[in-house]
Parts: sequence; structure tokens; C-alpha cells
Amino acid sequence: MNRLLLRNTDSIDPSGSWHPAAGVPSPAGMDRAHTAKVGLRLLLMVVSSLFLLFLIAFIIRAQVPDWQPLTEPLAPLAQTNALWLNSAALIGASIALQWARVAARRGNAQATLAGFTLGGVLAIAFLLGQLWVWQLFAAWGYFVASNPANSFFYLLTGLHGLHLLGGLVAWGRTLGKFLRHVPLARLASSVELCAIYWHYLLGLWLLLFALLTSTPQTYEAIAAFCGLR
Amino acid sequence: MAYAEQVETEALHEPKSFLTRYIWSQDHKVIAIQYALTAIFVGLIALVLSGLMRMQLGFPGSIGFMDAGAYYQAMTMHGMIMVIYLLTALFLGGFGNYLIPLMVGSRDMVFPYVNMLSYWFYLLSVIILLASFFAPGGPTGAGWTLYPPQSITQGTPGTEWGIVLMLVSLAIFIVAATMGGLNYVTTVLQARTHGMTLMRMPLSVWGIFMASILALLAFPALFVSAVMMLFDKLLGTSFFMPAIISLGQSLEHQGGSPILFQHLFWFFGHPEVYIVALPAFGLVSDLISTHARKNIFGYRMMVWAIVAIGVLSFVVWAHHMYVSGMNPYFGFFFATTTLIIAVPTALKVYNWVLTLWQGDIHLTVPMLFALAFILTFLVGGLTGLFLGNVIVDIPLSDTYFVVAHFHMVMGVAPILVVFGAIYHWYPKITGRMMNERLGKLHFWITFLGTYAIYFPMHYLGFLGMPRRYYAYEDYAFIPQSAQDLNAFITVAALTVGVAQLLFLVNLFWSALNGKPAGGNPWKATSLEWQTPQTPPVHGNWGAKLPVVHRWAYDYSVPGIEQDFVPQTVSAEDLERMRRGGAETAPMGEKP
Repeated sequence: MNRLLLRNTDSIDPSGSWHPAAGVPSPAGMDRAHTAKVGLRLLLMVVSSLFLLFLIAFIIRAQVPDWQPLTEPLAPLAQTNALWLNSAALIGASIALQWARVAARRGNAQATLAGFTLGGVLAIAFLLGQLWVWQLFAAWGYFVASNPANSFFYLLTGLHGLHLLGGLVAWGRTLGKFLRHVPLARLASSVELCAIYWHYLLGLWLLLFALLTSTPQTYEAIAAFCGLR
Repeated sequence: MAYAEQVETEALHEPKSFLTRYIWSQDHKVIAIQYALTAIFVGLIALVLSGLMRMQLGFPGSIGFMDAGAYYQAMTMHGMIMVIYLLTALFLGGFGNYLIPLMVGSRDMVFPYVNMLSYWFYLLSVIILLASFFAPGGPTGAGWTLYPPQSITQGTPGTEWGIVLMLVSLAIFIVAATMGGLNYVTTVLQARTHGMTLMRMPLSVWGIFMASILALLAFPALFVSAVMMLFDKLLGTSFFMPAIISLGQSLEHQGGSPILFQHLFWFFGHPEVYIVALPAFGLVSDLISTHARKNIFGYRMMVWAIVAIGVLSFVVWAHHMYVSGMNPYFGFFFATTTLIIAVPTALKVYNWVLTLWQGDIHLTVPMLFALAFILTFLVGGLTGLFLGNVIVDIPLSDTYFVVAHFHMVMGVAPILVVFGAIYHWYPKITGRMMNERLGKLHFWITFLGTYAIYFPMHYLGFLGMPRRYYAYEDYAFIPQSAQDLNAFITVAALTVGVAQLLFLVNLFWSALNGKPAGGNPWKATSLEWQTPQTPPVHGNWGAKLPVVHRWAYDYSVPGIEQDFVPQTVSAEDLERMRRGGAETAPMGEKP
């Protein structure tokens, strides 16, 4: 931080002159990967802001008496087995991509490809699982407009799914490059970015999962804690 | 940390055909011009809409089709276009795109493809927005704040198509702004050239950088409200819609919270003011310093003020909601934060004035606009102090005083900077100067004209004249003198509106016929004026990136004959200049 902000003068030349020789030379490609990572982190910041605002809206809306909790004995989230199954797929996807990331760092192309493919396939499985849960909801008569709790369930899982779908586009492009035998060194950065994005979406999903399956008392407590009541 | 090694080593996406050079271009300079021309085009539509509204207010009934519905549609579109599609797009997409890479010494934005997508998404959002003029029922007339429940309830113009197109357009605009913002922020962080520390960046870059961060964090709030309102409108959910009886029928909705929408909207809406203002602050600082031939007073203070304003802008939003029925303690909190934000803002105004103090002021067209900005911003800022106080705001709420305030502070003031900045950087963008006589004429009509428009509005506000009324006849509390004043304002507004043709003529005529500008006509220090070619070619810097040795404000350095020292001049070169050496030439032409 200090170096970023305050290095108007460097130690070699107190008058403030900058010498190219003092710059740290870095291998080509390294910076590009770093820049992409900075870009991704910024994007995740934006996504966090988006979901944080949705969650605040969720908590506020949950305080209105017409809210019918999805966790009641006869509601679809009384049993969370389906969601746990989906979560397991997403956790598996994250682990697989992390495995690919480590393998890429070690230069093991085959293991990278295996982990990377598995990560994407499990993510697709997660999305299909989410669609299945939506169908269960519809079969129980829990449509998007029948209650604000349902509306939020569809909205939040849908948006999370869309973000994962966006990630799958990047995943598909990278997989295409793998299949066209682009050297691993040029793909390692993409594998890493996918892994980071998958971990983030896993964390986000676990948060959403916890919140969507909580009881009204929990929402009340959160609202009171945040001064929203 | 990169210091632009990456851009030096990386192959550039060299354009090969007319299409990739000018249409599907990934060059930040072309994208900037695309953004700017689109924004100016759509801004002209908003200008015409304001003229139509003023005709109705000044000379009621003079325009045949202007009934209450059309008036509200014009008002809504005018506001939304000016704030989002003109100012935000022009400052970030236009100036941000053009200036950031040139000012930090980079060859381009770090993600050129995403940058190109950003423009095309922006264009798409503009097309969808304008399509609503041709949709059944016309555009939405809900007011630019789009408050539910009225925005999606029968009776408001455009509730069938207009509001849907507006919300979809906004969502796409936000995607565009996010793609742009990621680029601007990452470029500033990662692609600065050798020696360009953050604390050596021109304030223009600082302003746009901070505004981009605000945009990245605040636009999601608008996205959230747009998506949830689309659900309410199209799928019948009740996020914002309470139980309501419309046209004698009870609607399906129940329990939704309109106040929640207001909070979300203003959580975006207030930072939006600074998304527009911070780039203006930055650009005007550079104009003042260059044309007063003096270093900016208190550079570090200016930077930290930009950062502080950016942070504070997230904790003042509910001062737009004093009359919404929220808890009075909230009002107390938000009034306090609102008044605190005046501190760094006032500090900037003092520093601009102190920069002018004993400067060698050149009254060029950019400088005239910069000076006019300081005055206008001061006026608008001071009325902001009135409105920031709950107790003063409540009687003034929804009157013309508010209209006058926000037009002065975030309409006229930033537009003055836009004009000043265009007159200033035009020689770099086109290689030619804009006509000075036309420019001065444009300036005086615009500057004096806007005061003729908005000063009287403060008074109308004190009289209690409510805003958002389409006709003011037959109200006992509005005297005849107010009607006369309204006619006067309309004449002034139409004059100012028509005078913008002078600017447009100058803009396009000078591109071909203007006086050749040379590389650095204003004798400025920052990097964009030191490019080997003017206008800069693809890749900006020729074979080698520039090396930065100093900040951007070395004007009138004691002991040096030439009154500016470019950022590329090293200590040794400076010593040579001190001993009476040659004038510095732009990079590449240097001996």
C-alpha cells in the first residue's frame, strides 16, 4: 500500500527521478494473469454488492406478516435433502477445480484436464439439480408469485444459477482450448480464475442455502441486529 | 505490481479493416468517441424534451400533444437520460475511456474486448430506451425515480410497455457500466507506466477512478430494484407492491414495501450524484491548473477529498427520503452525514480558488467553463446545505427549490465541465482546435442563460410552487407573477437550448476545418499531451512507453524559463533546462 501510494521518490534518487533499472522485471504472461485476477476480484466485489443488497431486501421483506416460511412442516423446504444433494455437487465441483488448479501449477496437464472437466460437469449437475428443486416447488403449488418467500427463493437461486452459467461459458471456452491442445502454461491462468470463481459461488450458495432454509425467528433476529426492525 | 510491463510485452489487437478500426473497435480512443457521440445524441433528445416541458409550463397549451401524460413521459425520460445515459456514460465511457490509458501511460485498457462489449451493451440499452417512444402507450411517465406502486399501476403513462423497456434498458446499462468500470479500475491499478505512482496521477484519473468504484458498488442497487420491480410487473410478485385498489379493483399484490424500493433506489441514487460529480471535480482541477499555469493547490488533500467524498456518498442516501415517513432518528443521522460531506467538498472549492490565486490565468474557453463550474457548483452546493437539513427540507420538499438545486449542482455544473473538457481535449482527439469565438459565444449564452433559468426557480420554490405539476393555472397560492416568471424561464431555456447548436456546429466543423493544434497546444504537463503523434495512434506511445519522473502539476517552476515541465522530464533534463537548455519536445521528437 505504502509503495503504491507514496513512492513519489525512491531511495536511489531522492529528487524524485525514476530509473527504469529500478523496476522489477517480471516474466511475460505473469502480469497478464495477475491483471486478470485483479479484474476477477473486482467483479466478485460487484457480485457481492449485488447479493448483499438482495439479502437486505430479503430480510426487510421477511418482516411483513404475509411472509409464509418455506420451512414449515408442510412446505417444500421442511426437508432439505434435495438442496443438500445439490450442495454436494457444487462442493465437489469446487474441490475438482481446486485440484485442477494445483495440478496446473505443477504442470500436470492430464490431471488438470481431468479436474477441470469434472468441475464443470458437477456444476452442470448442480444447475440441473436446482431446476429439479424448482419443479418440486411448482409441483407443491409453490409458484413464484404465491408468496414473497417463494419469490425470493426463485429469484435468489435463479440469479445464483445465472452467475454459475456465466462461469460455465468461461469454463467451456477454456475446455475448448484444452481440446485444441493449447499448452498448459497458457491455460493455467484461466483454470485458476475458474477455480476462484467456483469457490466464490460455492460460498455464496452456502450463504443463500443457510438463509433460505432459516426460520422467521432467525430473520427477525438478523433484522433486529441490523437495526431493520 | 505491474507498472505496465504487461502492455509492453503483449501483442496488441491491431485493427486490420475499417470495421475493426471504427465499428467493432477495441481501441480505447475509438470506444471513447463512440460512447461520447452516442451520449451527446441521446442528450440532445433529452434537451428537446426539456424544451417541450418548458413550453407547456411557460405557455400552457401551446403544444397540442402535450397533455398531462405526455408531460410526465417527457419529464421521466428527460431526467433518466440526462443523469444516466448522458452524464454517467459521457464521464466514464467517454472521458474515462479516452483519458485513463493516455494519462497513466498505458497502451490501452487492460481488457479491450470487454471494453468494446461495454460500448455495445450501452448502445443496446439506449436503443431499448428510445424504443419505448414507439411502444404502445409510449415511455413510462413515472418520474425518473420510478417509485412503485404508481410506476406499474394503471393510470401512469407507459405502464404496459414503457416501464418494462425502461427497467430492461437500465439493467443492460448497468451491465455495460460494470464492464467499463472493471476496465477503468483495473487499468489504473495494473497498467500504469514506469514511475506513474498513484500519487502522481492527474486528478482527472483520480476522479474517474473513484467514480468507477462508486459505480461498481452502487449500480447493483439499481439492478436489484429493477429486477425486483420487473418481477412485480411481469410475474405478479409483491416485493414492492402493497395491497392496492386500482380503478375500483383490488389488485393481486399484498404486503410489498414501496419504501424498500426507495431505499434501494437512493442507495444507488446518491452515489450516482458523485459518479457524475467526481469525474467533473477531477477534470476541472486539471483545466484550472493548466490554464492558470499553476500547480494544483493541495494535491494530496484533493486526492483524499475525492476518496472521502466517495466513501461518504454511501451513507447519505436517505436525505432524499425525509418526507417518506421514515423514523425521524434516521433523518437526524442522514442530515449529519450530509452536512459532513460538505467538508471535503468545500475543501476542494477552496483549493480550486487557491490554485487560481496569483495564477497566470488564461481566459481560454476551457478556463471560462471551469470558472463557471466553480461558481455554479458553489451555488448548487449551498442550496444543498439548506435541503440537507430535515427541518428546512420538509417545507421545501417537492418544490421548484429542489429542482433548482439539483439542476445547478448535478446538471449545469457537470455539463459546464463536460463542455470545458471537450474544448480542452478536442485538440488531442482531432488534432485541431475548436473555434474560439464560437466557443466564447456558446459559453456566455450557456452560462448566463442557465442562471436566468435556475435562479428564478429558487424563488418559485420559496413561493411553494410544487414540482412535477403539468399545469399551474387556477391555484390560489400561485400568484400571476409566478406565471410571468415561468414564461421568462421558458424563453431563457429555449435560448440556451438553441445555443447548443453553436457547440454542435463547432464540434463537427472544427474536426475538418479547425486550426491545426500541434501536439501540446495548451503547454500542459500530463502524459496525454506528450504522445508522439496527435491524435494518438493505436498503441498510443510508439515503440517505448513513456517514463514518468514527476507529478502532473509542474507549472511555473521557479528558475525555469518554460512555464511547464512535462511529467516525462527527468531530474537531469530539468537541470539542463535550468541552465538554459532547449525547450522540451514531445516524446519521440526529443534529441
